[in-house]
Amino acid sequence: MIDPINPRARRDAFGSKINRDHSALLAFGVPWLSILLASLTPLLPIIASAPIVPPLAYLLLLAWRLMRPGLLPLWAGLPLGAFDDLFSGQPFGSGILLFSVTLIGIELLDVRFPWRSFWQDWIIAMAVTATYLVVAALVSGAHVDQGMLPALVPQFGLSVLTFPIIARIVSMLDRLRLLRVRRLA
Amino acid sequence: MAPPNVRGSSANRKAQLSVFTGYLVAAAGAAIGAALLIISLWQPQALAGLRSMASDATSSVGQAGASARTGGKSFFDAIAGYYRAGSKNADLEQEMQIARVKVAEAEALKRENLRLKATLGLHESDARPVALARLIGSTSSSARRFAYLSAGSADGVQREMPVVSPMGLVGRVLEAGAHSSRVMLLTDSESMVPVRRAKDDVVAFAEGRADGSLRLRLINLGINPIKRGDVFVTSGAGGLFRPNVAVAVAEVITKDGAIARVLSNPAATDYVAVEPVWQPEAVRMLKVQPASGKERE
Repeated sequence: MIDPINPRARRDAFGSKINRDHSALLAFGVPWLSILLASLTPLLPIIASAPIVPPLAYLLLLAWRLMRPGLLPLWAGLPLGAFDDLFSGQPFGSGILLFSVTLIGIELLDVRFPWRSFWQDWIIAMAVTATYLVVAALVSGAHVDQGMLPALVPQFGLSVLTFPIIARIVSMLDRLRLLRVRRLA
Repeated sequence: MAPPNVRGSSANRKAQLSVFTGYLVAAAGAAIGAALLIISLWQPQALAGLRSMASDATSSVGQAGASARTGGKSFFDAIAGYYRAGSKNADLEQEMQIARVKVAEAEALKRENLRLKATLGLHESDARPVALARLIGSTSSSARRFAYLSAGSADGVQREMPVVSPMGLVGRVLEAGAHSSRVMLLTDSESMVPVRRAKDDVVAFAEGRADGSLRLRLINLGINPIKRGDVFVTSGAGGLFRPNVAVAVAEVITKDGAIARVLSNPAATDYVAVEPVWQPEAVRMLKVQPASGKERE
């Protein structure tokens, strides 16, 4: 007599393993869609009198890039940055430039340090974010004086604290991305 | 996770080429970004149409969020508000009782003012707002301070129009789309408003600072007459903003003026009014003059 098989044996975290496969649309669309949605943060009903909200689209881009190398193409900074520029209040082009340079920089870093822990990813993300905030403020067309840098500190602090949460959200989205939803004919 | 190792194998020529192409395209992207950035810093209005189109397309989403914000305060106040609700309520009730008395006094003064003006033969030129709209969002993560307004050129909103709330001046319209527009808030570092002290005629410029306060620069330097708590209103100079709209209250006295807090917290306002430019002829003249001056030289 054949033993009854464990009903969970044919399933894993991504769904049934029988007759189901990953959907290309989900697998490649989720990272793009999540970053584009994060670009819409300026439309949230938060009217801030100083820059305090972390650059969520940028942090999400970093988190996806650091967690899943090779998923976003190297040129992803061009379209993602352009969309971010439409809403962020920065002069058009600053997002394109900064997003592209970031992706190239992390690509070069991957060659040198292929294996990293989350702590190292966090440190990398924060160093990159600090540079991003300062450069973005410098090219924003705002009046540059010595009061500008201290005004960025709270935003940077919030970005440091938000990154692990964003990394967690990205790993949840990653699970969604790899769900086996496509029915094999 | 370690990156997929395509670089290591020298046998896979195709993979190596695609890595090279990737770098090439990405570098081209960065170069395009840099070029666009230079263009938009040089000509800030060059890509305004693109931005207006994008904010028009998404303004309905923002409006839904804005209507959910009932008397919402700034980002942190909203959270902090829950913790001190009881004591705050008591304070507010007391404040309201005082305010009621003050309102009655102000009412009497207003009537007296009207009577005196009538004797002098002055008439009040009441600025009728062009549109009433909500602030649906702001560039809360950029160093620039812009807000998005849920009215555009379809409602009669045009560039340069002042935006006011019942609490005072909010900013002015920078770009008008069809159904949404971008407002430069007072605290943007490129914003400058001519102001005067409410009780006398100490004139100054109010410039935005990066941290969300205003810097008041006196025009007549000398002994700084500003005291802590002085209220500043628009002076009407320049012709853009009508006079006597509340702007800011001085908090820290500096050598050439003061650091002031903006009176109308744009986050706490539900509806704002877009007003017509106060003296359009004067604004037009001020704009034309530098060009004609150049021709003379």
